Amino acid sequence: MWNLAQLTDLIHGWLYETFPPAWALAFEMIIVGIAVIGLFAGLGLVLVLMERKVSAFMQIRLGPNRVGPKGLMQSLADTLKLLVKEGMTPDGVDRFLFNLAPFVAMIAAMLLMAPIAFAKDFQIWDLNIGVLYVTAISSLNVIAILMAGWSSNNKYSLLGAMRSGAQIVSYELSAGLSILTVVVLTGSLQISDIVTAQSNGWWIFKGHIPVIIAFVIYMIAVTAETNRAPFDMAEAESELTGGFHTEYSGMKFALFFLAEYINVFIVCAIGATLFLGGWMPLHIGEWTAFNGIMDWIPSSVWFFGKTFFLIFLMMWFRWTFPRLRIDQLLNLEWRYLLPIGMVNILLVTVIAILKWHF
Amino acid sequence: MFLTRYFSEIAEAVGSLLKGMRMTGYYFTHHKEIITQQYPDNRATLVLPERFRGEVVMTHTENNEHRCTGCTACELACPNGTIKVVTKFEVNAEGKKKKAVDKFVYLLELCTMCNLCIEACPTDAIRMAQTFEHSVYDRSQLTRILNKPDSKLQEGVE
Repeated sequence: MWNLAQLTDLIHGWLYETFPPAWALAFEMIIVGIAVIGLFAGLGLVLVLMERKVSAFMQIRLGPNRVGPKGLMQSLADTLKLLVKEGMTPDGVDRFLFNLAPFVAMIAAMLLMAPIAFAKDFQIWDLNIGVLYVTAISSLNVIAILMAGWSSNNKYSLLGAMRSGAQIVSYELSAGLSILTVVVLTGSLQISDIVTAQSNGWWIFKGHIPVIIAFVIYMIAVTAETNRAPFDMAEAESELTGGFHTEYSGMKFALFFLAEYINVFIVCAIGATLFLGGWMPLHIGEWTAFNGIMDWIPSSVWFFGKTFFLIFLMMWFRWTFPRLRIDQLLNLEWRYLLPIGMVNILLVTVIAILKWHF
Repeated sequence: MFLTRYFSEIAEAVGSLLKGMRMTGYYFTHHKEIITQQYPDNRATLVLPERFRGEVVMTHTENNEHRCTGCTACELACPNGTIKVVTKFEVNAEGKKKKAVDKFVYLLELCTMCNLCIEACPTDAIRMAQTFEHSVYDRSQLTRILNKPDSKLQEGVE
C-alpha cells in the first residue's frame, strides 16, 4: 500500500536486468537528477506562491488572485517572465565569478537533497554520516553569497555578502549544537537510523525539555542561516537595495531566489526528520486503533506535511517580526543561543546516559 | 542576580514574540478581516468614506441656480491658485449694478483637495464631490468651469 520503495525497486531491478551494471548505474543517476530538478522546480513554484499567500493573509491582504483560479498560476507567470528577461552581466564585474555564483548556490542546495528521506525506504543516498554531511554542505552556501557579493563590484552587494557571511558562520554553531542533541540521543549520524529511532514516538516528545529547547534554537538558527526575515541582513531591501543579488537579473536572479526557497525546504526537512520523526507517523503509546489509522496515511504525506508545517512556521516568523540590526543579531547568537545550546547539550548528554528520556 | 536578569529577559522576549505571532495568526485564520478593495470590479458597490474629497463642484438647483456671489473668498483661500473667479457687473431689476460671477474657473490639476475653499465660502456655493476617476487624455480637460452656462444666482443669497 502506497509504498514508493516498490516503485524504486521495480525500476532498479528492470535496469540491472536489461543493461550492464555500469550503464544501469548511469541511468539511475540520470533519473535521480531529473527527479531532483523536477522537485526543485515544483517546490520553487509552490513555495513562492505559498509565501505570497501566507504573507497576504497575515497582513489582511488578498495576495495574488488574478492569474488562474485564485491566483494559482501566478508563480508560473513569474517564472515565464524571468525566463524571457535578459540575464545581464554589468560592466566592471568579475565575469567568471559573477556568472558562476548562482550555479554554486543552486548546486549547494541540490547536494543537500541527497540524504533526505522523503518516504519509507525512499532516499537518494543513505550515507552513514548523513547529518554531518548536511551541516557541512549547508555551509557551502556562504561561498556562493560571498562570490556574488564580491564579483558584483557594488558596495551594496559587498556589504550584504559580508553581513551574510558573519551571520551564517555564527548561526551555524547553534544549528549544529541543536542537531547534536538528537545525535546524542540516537547515537547515530545516519538519517535512516534517526528516523527508525523515532518509531515509538518523535524525539520532540520522547526527549522532552532539552529537545524542545534544541528545536526552538534550531528553528531560530536555520531562519538566520537561510537569510530570511527577521534575519535577512544579507538582503535588507530598505538598506542595501537587494543585498548580494543587487546586480543580478533574469534567470540568474531566479536561481538565487530558487536556491533560497530550496534551502528553506531542506532545513525544514532536516528539522522534521530530526525532531518530528521524518516520515514516521504519529504514534501514541498503546492506542493500537489510533496508531493503525495513522499508519494508513502514506509516509510521504507525513514527511511533506511536517516539512510544510515547519515552512509555514518560518513564514509566520517572517511576516510577524521586524528585522534585527547586525549587532542585535550577533548578540542574540553569542549571548543567548550559543550558551543555552551548550548547556542544553550537557543536559541532553546527562539525560541520555541516565536514560531519562522515554 | 545576573542569571535572573538573563532569564527574565529571555522570558520577556519570548512572550512578546509569541504575542506578535498570535496577532498575525489571528489574521491568518480570519479571512473576513481582509481590507483589500478589488476596485475596478466593485465599482458599482464601492462605498467611500463620508469625508473623502474628490473634486470641487458647485451646487446647482433644478432651476439652474447657484449660490455663488462671486466674492472670491475661495480664490483668496486657495493656497496654490487652483481657483480663478472671473466676475462681471449685472444690472438688476432696480437698475443697480451688482457684482456677479461670470466664470468660476477650477484647475483640477493644481488642486490638492485641501478643503480650504469650501471652508472659506460664506454662502456654501461649492462643495467637495466624491468622484475620483479624473484621468483624461489632455491636460486642458482638467480646466473646468464650475458654474453651468446661463445659471443665475439663487434668490436671497447675498
